[in-house]
Amino acid sequence: MKYLYYPGCSLQGSAREYDIATRAFLAAMAVELVEIPDWTCCGASAAEASSGLLALALPARVLALAEAINAGADILVPCSACYLNLKKVVEKARKEPGTLARINTVLAAENLTLKANIGVRHLLDVLVRDVGPGQLAAKVTKPLAGVRVAPYYGCQCLRPYAVFDDPEKPTSMEPLIAATGAAIHPWTMGAVCCGASHMNTKMAVGIELVTGILRAAKGADAILTVCPMCQMNLEAYQGQVARTGGADLSANILYLPQFLGLAMGLSDAELGMGLNLALSDRFESRIAACV
Amino acid sequence: MQTQPVQSDTSSNPDPVAAALAAVRHMVQACIQCGTCSASCPNEFAMDFTPRRLWRLVLMDDWQAIAASKTFALCSACYCCTLRCPRGLPLTEAMAALKQLGAMLNLAQNRAGTLFYRSFLQSVRNHGRVRETEFMTLYFMRMKNPFLPLRFAPLGLRLMAKGKIHIELPSRGAGKLETLFAKVEQLERQ
Repeated sequence: MKYLYYPGCSLQGSAREYDIATRAFLAAMAVELVEIPDWTCCGASAAEASSGLLALALPARVLALAEAINAGADILVPCSACYLNLKKVVEKARKEPGTLARINTVLAAENLTLKANIGVRHLLDVLVRDVGPGQLAAKVTKPLAGVRVAPYYGCQCLRPYAVFDDPEKPTSMEPLIAATGAAIHPWTMGAVCCGASHMNTKMAVGIELVTGILRAAKGADAILTVCPMCQMNLEAYQGQVARTGGADLSANILYLPQFLGLAMGLSDAELGMGLNLALSDRFESRIAACV
Repeated sequence: MQTQPVQSDTSSNPDPVAAALAAVRHMVQACIQCGTCSASCPNEFAMDFTPRRLWRLVLMDDWQAIAASKTFALCSACYCCTLRCPRGLPLTEAMAALKQLGAMLNLAQNRAGTLFYRSFLQSVRNHGRVRETEFMTLYFMRMKNPFLPLRFAPLGLRLMAKGKIHIELPSRGAGKLETLFAKVEQLERQ
């Protein structure tokens, strides 16, 4: 298995452990990643809120670079916002010739051309449908029995394009979690919005949404995420959540590939575990005690 | 998803606001006012108009009420309404089109979001990839609120202690995406 890898900006900064763990996990699964050379920002939620054409042009530049490699491989994207931005441009350009032409007028300034014939895949999609729980189970050396985790999917890997899971009631992480020997925390908040960038510009609203998610996760040992923005919102503001709501809702938050890697016996360093903001000593010793 | 790209193309219409609003109206033209969008919205509790009422205002061409509303700035692009709309309308995209209009007109209730995104894109224009501390520094400078950085300082320090972010003063850089951004601006002016 081989993919063109688009880490995106967050994975080089505040979400570095997502990049580290994704690479380590996929390497252990003998999946080859070729990083798209000279990749640039997908526009995040900023371009869409500023200019319709820029929101098409920024992802299109990345797609055109990937198509130029002509590797016959899909693009693999761990960040849900990057994933949706890239996927949306492929879908639109395929359906609307006028939009594709307008994009290419912009890209011509960079000597690039978009054909919109490349596949865009979210990391979770690849883990579930290409790698699969069977292959994972075969590599589990340290079953995480007795650990209970809440799978958190967020929004943009599920909606609006229903590709690999039910966008209302997602379950795709469950077979992977089951393969590690861990138990699944039953809840209905897995596909409910974390507030995205509201945490920066409308913090009270963001805190309200995160509080609802953390409250529903009570009883779980950890929440697993597949998006750097979800991860940051859930892990970084637990102090404010406690001060606002008057209840301690601290929870351990880690990325799905980190959790899967732990069950495969990958080391904390290999999975970037030291970089997470909300992992308790109790959780870490709990994992360490698993054999 | 049925979509109609919003063109801020003004050649056919001298009034860019009217043209952009017409594009949004086209997106929600088939709205039956069922309220599924409002019931699906995680941010509805903080809005002045529910999404359903906002679409009604769009269809009624009540720009004054829309321009004063906080609703579209509160859309976090979760796509629940788009997924569930029984008419299959691109509602998240319509919210984005209103955000673009709010940014174009520098609407007051949109100010934090507009400056936040503008700072983000400035960093991307300069370096190709966003530099998180540079972008936040630009945001603080633009917001001109001396207390705002304090709200983010504890998190900034935690991230710095983990070596995830570094102090980066705003810099022009190589103008990595200058050509692309300039081309977009040129086409949008035409």
